[in-house]
Amino acid sequence: MAKSVLTVGLVALGLVWALAQTAQADDMKRYVVAGSQAAKLESCVEPTELMRRQHMEFIKHQRIATVHEGIRIEKYSLSGCVDCHISYNAEQIPQPINQADQFCGACHAFAAVNLNCFDCHAAVPNGTPLDAAAMAAHDAAGVAAQVQSHRDGENH
Amino acid sequence: MKDDNDAIDPQRRAFLGVAAGVTAAVTVAPGVLLHTVDAAPRAEPVTSDVRWGLLIDTAKCVDGCSACVDACHHENGLNLQTMPAEQAVKKWETQKPAWVRKVKLQDNQTGRMTTLPLMCQHCDDPPCVDVCPTGASFKRADGIVMVDRHLCIGCRYCMMACPYKARSFIHGDVHGQLTSVPRGKGCVESCNLCVQRRDFGQESTACVDACAAEGHHAIVFGDLKDPDSTICKLLNEMPSRQLREDLVLNTGVRYSGV
Repeated sequence: MAKSVLTVGLVALGLVWALAQTAQADDMKRYVVAGSQAAKLESCVEPTELMRRQHMEFIKHQRIATVHEGIRIEKYSLSGCVDCHISYNAEQIPQPINQADQFCGACHAFAAVNLNCFDCHAAVPNGTPLDAAAMAAHDAAGVAAQVQSHRDGENH
Repeated sequence: MKDDNDAIDPQRRAFLGVAAGVTAAVTVAPGVLLHTVDAAPRAEPVTSDVRWGLLIDTAKCVDGCSACVDACHHENGLNLQTMPAEQAVKKWETQKPAWVRKVKLQDNQTGRMTTLPLMCQHCDDPPCVDVCPTGASFKRADGIVMVDRHLCIGCRYCMMACPYKARSFIHGDVHGQLTSVPRGKGCVESCNLCVQRRDFGQESTACVDACAAEGHHAIVFGDLKDPDSTICKLLNEMPSRQLREDLVLNTGVRYSGV
């Protein structure tokens, strides 16, 4: 008896957790910085369905073009993901995008994918100043003072 | 990425190896017209029409000054790493990231001291690339020798192969990386001639800017294939050497006064 109660309890707990994760992932996967370049677009650099399934392929190919050939205007860019999908807390501090409740982190937690990108790559915009267009966008969103980012591309 | 400058190397070596007085006729003809400095992010693959390099005048390098080293740390986020609490100071001193180091040379017979910054020499025939088992260590078409951290497995063969001790290894987790310089645990790294600046069309490197800001102007950055560049003109005028020229690596970093 006790065993079956425990089993039911565990299953229920599991379901609640899964639901919470789904809700969080669902919530986060649509998140873009208000006023950013992405906010004005119908979808990301590719249709949403394609992005969800293949974003890792896109940036994998882009990295070869950038690292080996020095091309910096590729449509796909990890720092582009961060620029548009980073979120800020009440103090306007950017939250690392790979945190479990953030854009990248929420979906990857749900999908049980271990993310290594941000072992090396910056998980918040960090570095030399933004270009004029991005600066204006972040100005409009009221987060300019905290954001200093180096954009790898123009086309997103 | 195919580097097609093999054919002209002997000429370049002869030209650069001999001291002042060599006529400009020996300089490279192709690529002269193609040398441009873009202001926008790079859209086309890098080509071997340019070869980036440095010329260091050791007579102008000041003992005790570390402006170039500090600037490099700041530019590339090397100062994000601090000594782990459990590590011995001596170990940290030998293992901490160093893309450029200040080195002192002494002539034991005369006692003459020379001080110089030593970084990756961006060899034309880099031993680090020869030994890399994964292709992570590579030479870009424009002569920059660098590490593709996506491919680096951290074996450190390249560190052993490098005659200049120019590479370092990241032993611990790194936090707060700069967007323009991704770097993390388990990879080898070294000077990449501020590749993020190259690709955005900026004119010099962090170390060059810092040295000039100090008023020393000991380091000159430029295109070794453009006969009109400052660096080529200086190489033409003043005697310069490659470090360990006996290894015939055709380095992209040249020194005068050593």
